[in-house]
Amino acid sequence: MNLGEKMTLNTNLKNIFLVVFTTLILSACSTAKKSGEIEGDVYTGKETVEFLAAGVPDRVFFATNKSSLTTASRATLRKQATFLRKNKNLNVVIEGHADERGTREYNLALGERRANAARDYLMTYGISGKRISVISYGKEKPVNPKSSPVAWSQNRRSVTVKVN
Amino acid sequence: MKKIFLLHLLFFFSFSKLYALIEVDITRGNLDPLPIAVSPLHVDVKSEKSQDLKIKDLGDNISEIIERNFRSTGLFNPLKKEAFVQKPDIAHLKPRFEDWRLIKAQALVTGKLLILNGKLKVEFRLWDLAAAQEMTALAFTTSPSNWRRVAHIISDKIYERLTGEEGYFDTRIIYVAESGPKNQRVKKLAIMDQDGFNTKYLTLGNELVLTPRFNPTSQMVTYMSYFRNMPRVYLLDIETGTQEIVGNFPGMTFAPRFSPDGKKIIMSFAKDGNSDIYTMDLDSRLVERITDHSSIDTSPSFSPDGKFIAFNSDRSGLQQIYVMRSDGSNVKRITFGKGIYGTPVWSPRGDLIAFTKMHKGKFYIGVMRIDGTGERLLTENYYQEAPSWSPNGRVLVFYRETKAGDKGAGFSAKLWSIDITGYNERRLSTKTDASDPSWSSLLSK
Repeated sequence: MNLGEKMTLNTNLKNIFLVVFTTLILSACSTAKKSGEIEGDVYTGKETVEFLAAGVPDRVFFATNKSSLTTASRATLRKQATFLRKNKNLNVVIEGHADERGTREYNLALGERRANAARDYLMTYGISGKRISVISYGKEKPVNPKSSPVAWSQNRRSVTVKVN
Repeated sequence: MKKIFLLHLLFFFSFSKLYALIEVDITRGNLDPLPIAVSPLHVDVKSEKSQDLKIKDLGDNISEIIERNFRSTGLFNPLKKEAFVQKPDIAHLKPRFEDWRLIKAQALVTGKLLILNGKLKVEFRLWDLAAAQEMTALAFTTSPSNWRRVAHIISDKIYERLTGEEGYFDTRIIYVAESGPKNQRVKKLAIMDQDGFNTKYLTLGNELVLTPRFNPTSQMVTYMSYFRNMPRVYLLDIETGTQEIVGNFPGMTFAPRFSPDGKKIIMSFAKDGNSDIYTMDLDSRLVERITDHSSIDTSPSFSPDGKFIAFNSDRSGLQQIYVMRSDGSNVKRITFGKGIYGTPVWSPRGDLIAFTKMHKGKFYIGVMRIDGTGERLLTENYYQEAPSWSPNGRVLVFYRETKAGDKGAGFSAKLWSIDITGYNERRLSTKTDASDPSWSSLLSK
């Protein structure tokens, strides 16, 4: 085999790879679309979301077994903090929830941890801890009762609820 | 604790000192259940009439309960009554052994009952048909309304005689009765006999209730309730109905369980996003903190000698099972297998820990030795958890949920049991959907 032949072979291989690669990307995109709006296991869609006031979503979503806040969650909570600063007499309770794919008792603890993650963030934006109580419902109050990855991602949430 | 009723146990025959020829081996999965004939109990014609009971059928009913109990173990094969060759009263005096052997029975239960002066007198005998001899005989006197319990106690005595292990039929199961759509579930505390009869509801369903657990030494129960939207651990006396909050914690308490002596409650307390394990002494009200770690520590369970506690924690990242001394020292992780491990429950025998395992989207109930070795997965399903031991440590009861479609369609939660051999998986009959079962100790012990 001379050098020229080898080069041609390589080019051919490259072309094949390119085709395969593009197909993979395309199919990955279509599955992501099909399964709803989830990024890195965290729900990013609008379904189920309610509002404390115009432009102030009431909830943030979490990854499986996690209680860390995503960039989007932090943006939502900053809106909530602004809203709460404007409404000084308003108190809230943050409900922490988990999906159905965990043991009941652990999920109660996980819901509490999620609610507190949201509460802590509101507090760093100047909202007094006295105005924010938390309650965990674990997996007891799913917002979407379906057993699917989208439903689970919608159920892994903390919801800020006005109490007065 | 008030006694529900006084049970008079009279030995009216001494136990045979000879070795029994029949024996049931329950250390392995029993694929060859023992054929046993349970003759209807003979009803003495001198029996008084009773307003609430059909005396005539009582002998048949008691023998049917015994048969159902035996069948549920997977260890016995109760034979069809149509094939029985002797009348109950004659068989009870002395069976024609060769006739019973002919229908392939290896053991025979006979008995008779009499209601006199408002008391129910029952006696039964267990016969070894191959050896042509009596193995056990017992007589009881009790109130007629306790006739179902009499059947369970007889079942226990026979089970003990044939397997060499304590029975578990005269027991109850407390659980959470569920109804309504999946996202608006109504949950009530419920209690029933282990065979699914005598269901009673202990709460009305106005508030969410979870994870009831029996005190191993009495008919007290601890559970979690969202009464007034304050999730707390409660103590409930199921005989008087009185209840109280356990401790004075400024936040959620959950995952309660009794210590083996029944004197303490162990549970988790969640504060500021962190759950740790605490105990409270029920006499002194003294609260002790057992774990102090920034992770979630929950689902604690004492060893039967009270010296150790198993619990699950995510201190390594994901849920794993740990064992520590009961004062919180010497914490050791015991699960290192693939997957996530939770809900450790120490066997009443002390040799095994039952658990829930989650791996690749499946849920397993399993048992392992107390150091984490010898893991055996007994059952795999879409969702199941919360194993609870039969008092003799041979059977686990747990709950299983099905996958739900759109709007929660097709969702159900049911109680199931399985032998620790991995054999004899069966659904427990409950009037409603059910979860979070806890098995009582033997009532007549």
